[in-house]
Amino acid sequence: MATALPRRIFGIETEYGITCAMDKHRRLTPDELARYLFQDVVDEYRSNNVFLPNGGRLYLDVGSHPEYATAECDRLADVLAQEKAGDALISAMARAAEAKLASEGIDGRVFIFKNNTDSSGNSYGCHENYLINRKLDYLTHLDGLLPFLVTRQLFCGAGKLLKTSGGVVYVMSQRADHMWDAVSSATTRSRPMINTRDEPHGDSDLYRRLHVISGDSNMSESAMLLKVATMDLVLAVMEAGLIPTNLRLENPMKAIRDVARNLTGHALVQLQDGRTLSAIETQRTFFELVNASIARFDWELTDLHRVALTMWGQIIAAFENGDLSDFDAILDWRIKLQLLRAFQEEQGLDLESAKLAQVDLMYHEVSADRGIYNLLLTQGRVGRLVAPAAIADATITPPQTTRAKLRGEFLSAAKSKNTSIATDWMHLKVNLPVERTVSLPDPFSAQDERVTQLISQM
Amino acid sequence: MTEQNFESAKSSLANSEDEVATSVPQSERADVPDISGILDQIDAALEKNSEEFVSGFVQKGGQ
Repeated sequence: MATALPRRIFGIETEYGITCAMDKHRRLTPDELARYLFQDVVDEYRSNNVFLPNGGRLYLDVGSHPEYATAECDRLADVLAQEKAGDALISAMARAAEAKLASEGIDGRVFIFKNNTDSSGNSYGCHENYLINRKLDYLTHLDGLLPFLVTRQLFCGAGKLLKTSGGVVYVMSQRADHMWDAVSSATTRSRPMINTRDEPHGDSDLYRRLHVISGDSNMSESAMLLKVATMDLVLAVMEAGLIPTNLRLENPMKAIRDVARNLTGHALVQLQDGRTLSAIETQRTFFELVNASIARFDWELTDLHRVALTMWGQIIAAFENGDLSDFDAILDWRIKLQLLRAFQEEQGLDLESAKLAQVDLMYHEVSADRGIYNLLLTQGRVGRLVAPAAIADATITPPQTTRAKLRGEFLSAAKSKNTSIATDWMHLKVNLPVERTVSLPDPFSAQDERVTQLISQM
Repeated sequence: MTEQNFESAKSSLANSEDEVATSVPQSERADVPDISGILDQIDAALEKNSEEFVSGFVQKGGQ
């Protein structure tokens, strides 16, 4: 009998790059610009680190990077809509900042990049969070995930013009060259692919949070879907104890860089047992493993899981056939490659040109009119998975099937009643007239009588 | 509201799912060469001084 695929909480944290172009004024520093961006948030919340009525979190991170973390989602449709809602919110903040600057007589344009590197090679992340079973002997399985993580850039890489000692080259992934460790508990210092900091934001007897740092920020909705859906499926295989132990990588950091540099997918990764596998063969192995597990456990997949699984198989086959053209309007690194080639041909540019570097950057700009990806999206030249109305809704409405619903309702009520409150991922607290806190250790629970009471007492 | 939103996401996917099942949506495939058709529009939206714009975007301290 068919059983549902195990339910999982997932969420995405996106750090954005910011800059501006001024007509007569000197260019603002990121720090100055961030103050304009967050002025409305600070005016409303008296803080630049807040939870929003859609259940997500918005804050100003180290290095003046605006960061948006989606609420807890357990449906792929929700995580796509919530991530896109973050882009919409941050884009609106940029327009408001431009208006404020203009009102002070400073005419210029504010740019927000959903990418992972600035022009001098500093990197910022897109972190994925997946709730996993605490019972699992976690650390012994993580090495088994690395071959998958190192090679999934084949479909979720965002593409980048990379300056190397041998000149500028186009690589599949933005983040590959900024990974300095495989598995570790540090983030900024060593920047591992998987961070093992034990903060489940839930009942720590039951859950762990797998924090994946190696991924690129995606503009393409298909790439976003593939990234989360394939990881969700691979983690289900891991929790069933079926991740192979004979695919340990000899050197994960070298492997992720080698894979990024070979656009054919034929880059070889060295295994500890002396064998080599190509990036394509590695993905094929995990794809077959997932399909075998689906058959074995008779997992019932959601529509979006099926869409992702089908596309995953088609992409692997396209690499095997040496023809990726079917994905030229679907995957970020393919779309950007077509764009750069078109500019090169039309304007006779070489890869070193600043114009192409600007096109690379502007592909990731989040505004509807200046961002190149969004321009292609608006004109129907790249695929769309999330309806614009669903994105607009997700800027104010939390996912309805997780703890985020409780947080969102609590925050909306506090806002309308002007109540002093405090919130984190696991707690809702009313400050006045009497301090009361409700703890929510179950991220899967969207119903709680205590929260209803807390709201009614506001 | 999110139910609706899920439904609308699902219905827009229902189409793409059929198309995905037969490889890749025809419309999307046909669109690829069209990128050249909007290069002028993209170009017009770019900042005029590429060198200054690109080299001035430096932001340290991300994770």
